[in-house]
Amino acid sequence: MATSSETPTVSLREAADLLAGDALFLDVREQGEWDLGHVPHAVHIPLGVLEDRVADELSDREREVVVYCAHGRRSLAALATLRALGYERSRHLSDGFEEWEKSGFPVVVPSTLEPDQRRRYSRHLLIPELGEAGQRRLLESSVLLIGAGGLGSPASLYLAAAGVGTLGIVDDDVVDESNLQRQIAHSTQRLGDPKVESARDTLTGLNPDVEVKTFNERLSSENIDRILAEGWDVIVDGADNFPTRYLVNDASVWHGIPVVHGSIYRFEGQATVFQPGEGPCYRCLFPTPPPPELAPSCAEGGVLGVLPGVIGSLQANETIKLLTGIGEPLVGRLLLFDALSATFTEVALRRDPDCPVCGEHPTVTEYVDYAEFCAAR
Amino acid sequence: MSVVRIPPTLRTDTGGEREVIAEGETVRDLLDDLMARFPTLDGKLEYANVYVGGEDIRTRDGFETPVSAGDTVILLPAMAGGSSAENAPHFPRG
Repeated sequence: MATSSETPTVSLREAADLLAGDALFLDVREQGEWDLGHVPHAVHIPLGVLEDRVADELSDREREVVVYCAHGRRSLAALATLRALGYERSRHLSDGFEEWEKSGFPVVVPSTLEPDQRRRYSRHLLIPELGEAGQRRLLESSVLLIGAGGLGSPASLYLAAAGVGTLGIVDDDVVDESNLQRQIAHSTQRLGDPKVESARDTLTGLNPDVEVKTFNERLSSENIDRILAEGWDVIVDGADNFPTRYLVNDASVWHGIPVVHGSIYRFEGQATVFQPGEGPCYRCLFPTPPPPELAPSCAEGGVLGVLPGVIGSLQANETIKLLTGIGEPLVGRLLLFDALSATFTEVALRRDPDCPVCGEHPTVTEYVDYAEFCAAR
Repeated sequence: MSVVRIPPTLRTDTGGEREVIAEGETVRDLLDDLMARFPTLDGKLEYANVYVGGEDIRTRDGFETPVSAGDTVILLPAMAGGSSAENAPHFPRG
């Protein structure tokens, strides 16, 4: 039986052999260090609380213990404590965990995902570019969707499925029969209900990890700052009218929040990312709305039901890339999709130094409530 | 001779054509040719962005940007639609 007279240190090699046996590994580092990786099957008790907690974790004082920290200093202090408490077969890894890891001995990174989350997001976790870190980032992210209609439906469904932790939805409309040809977040049972409530129930039904914040109101210069103040990482713009487009753009520039833009008309759609400070904004592209007589007549509209599915899904894709920092987002590029010819075309968008909002000498410095074109028709 | 893509919002002015062939060595010539053949386009093009070879003419030589045979020219007016523009007094409906 080992006694306190025994050499109190173990080498990396000895420790690796002990790991295969019955010895208990005790990690006395802080939580943040533990979270980045530790020896398999180790028990974690930070040095500061070792004396209070060790008896709970380790009732058998005869058991062989290998205590370790990052470099071997804290573990030496822990060793003194352990021996004073009667754990006579304890020794410490004098080279420390960092050398252990560098030398290629086994390390496990503890999961911060719940077991059911590991199952739900398993196909994300398998992708090296996303993995657990990417999934955690999605779960901690907040995305604001402008509109719960054609674009907002597929975008919000995919973002909820992906596990984006908080989704905000702004829409003051109610579910109408004519919406259901394309607005797949809603259903026949919800006719007449506020869209934000219908969408919330669909999204939380799909994924209970997601918290949905509803804003059953019409976006305006009066409420946009209040809504944006809740803190959003990305805005998904699926509005269907120019006044909202310009409000969202100007607010995003002033609040520094990227906008994933999508728009659709009949068989054609567009998507891009407006990243304040890095790329152009909507006003670099279209400095002011066209005069009402040149805006397409509202009665002449119409859209192929699947088209917002394509564009809204592209918006969800861009949003996930922005949140996780992977890939090349559509910053400075406008992607055009033509459903009839099944072709994508890309054009370059550049920042306009004379842009009225994000240019060098801005002329628009407060919100503009443009008239609603269609209301007068 | 170049192909000009007509956006959906302007197709009523081109007899429904999605693409039309236009003659000219610069963007200005092309647009003049278009407006001569489709007069109702006059006054509507100034709100459209024009792309030659995927580049905004504002970042090149504006209306004097040369157009080579075989270049595709894209006219792009602002589109607001998020769902359909059928009756949009309510917004945002996306």
